[in-house]
Amino acid sequence: MSVQNDTPKRLPVPPGMSRRHFLMALAGTAAFWTADEFADWRQAIAAEAAQTYTPRYFTPDEWRFLEAATEQLFPEDETGPGAKALGVVDFIDRQMDTSYGHGGLWFMSGPFQSGPANLGYQLPYAPREIYRIGIAGADRYCRDHYGHAFADLDHPTQIEALTAFEKLPIQFDETLPAGIFFEQLRTNTMEGAFSDPIHGGNRHLGGWVMLGFPGARADFMDWVDQYGPAYPLGSVSISGETA
Amino acid sequence: MTTKNADAIVVGAGWAGSILAKELTEAGLKVVMLERGPDRATAVEGAYPDSIDELRGAIRHRLFQDLSRTTVTIRNKIGQTALPYRQLSAFLPGEGVGGAGLHWSGVHFRAAPDDLALRSNVIARYGQKFIPEGMNLQDYGVTYDELEPFFDKAEKVFGTSGEAYKINGKVVGNGNVFAPSRSDDFPLPPLKDVYTANLFRKAASDAGYHPYSLPAANASRQYTNPYGAQMGPCNFCGYCSGYDCYMYSKASPNVNILPVLRKDPNFTLITRAHVMRVDLDSTKTRATGVTYLDLDSNKEVTITADLVVLGAFQFHNVHLMLLSGIGKPYDAQKNEGVVGRNFVYQTITTSRAWLPENQFTNQFIGTGGGGVAIDDFNSMNFDHGPHGFVGGSPVWVNQAGVKPIAASTIGGGKDAPRWGAGYKKALVETYRHAMAIDAHGSNMAYRDVFLDLDPTWKNTYGQPLLRMTFDWQDNDIRMNRYVVSQIEPIMKALGATKYELGMLEPGKPFDTRLYQTTHLGGGAVMGDDPNTSAINRYLQSWDVPNVFVIGSNAFPQGMGYNPTGMVAALAYWSAHHIRTTYLKSPGPLVRV
Repeated sequence: MSVQNDTPKRLPVPPGMSRRHFLMALAGTAAFWTADEFADWRQAIAAEAAQTYTPRYFTPDEWRFLEAATEQLFPEDETGPGAKALGVVDFIDRQMDTSYGHGGLWFMSGPFQSGPANLGYQLPYAPREIYRIGIAGADRYCRDHYGHAFADLDHPTQIEALTAFEKLPIQFDETLPAGIFFEQLRTNTMEGAFSDPIHGGNRHLGGWVMLGFPGARADFMDWVDQYGPAYPLGSVSISGETA
Repeated sequence: MTTKNADAIVVGAGWAGSILAKELTEAGLKVVMLERGPDRATAVEGAYPDSIDELRGAIRHRLFQDLSRTTVTIRNKIGQTALPYRQLSAFLPGEGVGGAGLHWSGVHFRAAPDDLALRSNVIARYGQKFIPEGMNLQDYGVTYDELEPFFDKAEKVFGTSGEAYKINGKVVGNGNVFAPSRSDDFPLPPLKDVYTANLFRKAASDAGYHPYSLPAANASRQYTNPYGAQMGPCNFCGYCSGYDCYMYSKASPNVNILPVLRKDPNFTLITRAHVMRVDLDSTKTRATGVTYLDLDSNKEVTITADLVVLGAFQFHNVHLMLLSGIGKPYDAQKNEGVVGRNFVYQTITTSRAWLPENQFTNQFIGTGGGGVAIDDFNSMNFDHGPHGFVGGSPVWVNQAGVKPIAASTIGGGKDAPRWGAGYKKALVETYRHAMAIDAHGSNMAYRDVFLDLDPTWKNTYGQPLLRMTFDWQDNDIRMNRYVVSQIEPIMKALGATKYELGMLEPGKPFDTRLYQTTHLGGGAVMGDDPNTSAINRYLQSWDVPNVFVIGSNAFPQGMGYNPTGMVAALAYWSAHHIRTTYLKSPGPLVRV
């Protein structure tokens, strides 16, 4: 696999301005996301987001929960795309099929015993099991408290429910605290927004563009001692995709 | 069970193991090195661009210990039930050829002379009563002057970039004014300052402190080391810590030693070999070799040898000693025994400054070992009298390359939302305009902080896990809070629009869920007294003299500096004495 290391997406450069200075002026401002020049790019994201991905692990109900919940954790707004446009749920679904998803990176030998939170995770569940139990528990909680599954609630109520999962001592069943589920979801949502697009999230490098991260460029010999201006080149993925 | 023979067995293919294996093959010994992880070649899985994948690298821990097979248990206090460290988080031991020396950052210090005789120095300056009750303050039993040639040798092997202050007693440059005299300059000039390091340099100077370039085993230029191993110039790609360096710029056993060692006919590397124990004869005073589990065939293999070197990661060395019955295990109730005693860590906290919107910190640019530090509050460089604590911290900007998943986990500062629209806004602002300043401090040793075998949990091979009993202590919390409070003038001189000071909080126990540092130490410490040290000043077991134990396990207490430079110097120091003295007349190098 090779990467084109020096070919950011071409932008129209205003007359009288060097390309480098134009990019320097643009990168890192809110305009970087909302500028007209990025209209094509936003359309490409929208088109791809509309394509169907076939889930490997999650059920349709679980998928609906995840799409709604991850969009609340990482909403589309003036700073940049949200979880849905970035393919965050596709990313999480793919991760469930990895060794990580199956708990293969964790010490999962018993006995399992609870203890103070600062001694870390002590449950017998792999990430895929945390999701299975957690989503069922979260939807059950929402039906009990608000009369609908999470995905069918209005946005303020979704935010209220997620805040409860994050902060209140709610148990989804005998053994899974809502907080553990929430942190798993939050962690994987951010990973899906900001990992290399080869893993299925960060679609079209939208998370990186928002942040101002140039991705796999990984060579800043010429920019080490440029003190103060924003780095001028756009993001590039391991696969060679640019933005 | 099959049996093989060697002159010397080296356990672990990290820095300590590789240095010892190189030195012992040079001495003409037939050396077998055992590594439980896979072989690793920078040209294969370290190659660009696949290697710079943050998800697979620092997040899913591609180069780190496979916890599914074996881990440790952790508790804060005696009397508590220790629970397994099930997910890598607070510290990240390596696995595979190169060990932690493959995924480290590259900060490459010499020890401060005062730290090597800390007990004597504290008593001389402040009296015995200054040492708090329960603190096991000790001297290393080796001096800076004795180690100096070995610090020098290690820097030349590592291709260390830096700026000297004093060479042979003469001031020669703008290096660290608190650093001891050197016999020679760094092999390479310092790395360039990134923007945030440059800001820190100016602001620290304005605040009256003494900034210097961090010594870094990241090559500032093309370099060929004394073994003939070649390094390329660092391009500040930002993927040091957690990654193998595709530029061959960051020193690692894989780049700086093993390419030469692998060609030596006296050297054999066996990977996927999990060492179960060091085998002792019936007197328990002599090792006959080691027994390992071949992880592919699942069969035990015994190798016999005259000399056994434990060169695994700090706590694995201690674990192997306990599993093998080498040295008397530490008993905290009786305050007796030495193996497991004086387990230490580091007190690292991060403070953050935000700069105006037109100043971009470009935090993705970075090099693991580079940056600018001050030592004004490290070691014995300031008067501890009014403060009543032992120890200190260097303070630095070490912009090692902040990647987006890590940034998103930290988020936008203490008061920022953790998710939602407010989170995104604060995250973007922080990523683009903020910078981090660390206080990377010492952690003293205490009677009730130690390692032993867990009574309940076992690894997949049926052996008891190592148990850590560890918590932050009043002395170290007060040290950290004092040093961090001294960062405030720097924040003001920086022109920060906002800043947050990160400190240890009294009453808040050590949290295994948050990454702090992999700089674990002690547990099998060096010293002059067999009642308070497991190994002598040459890192030789007091009880089983044909076993040498190399690593940060030897540190009797923590220091403010990163451990690798000291580990490498101790490795060369020990190897030198094995070669010049021990091999001619095997037996204890120190008589009590």
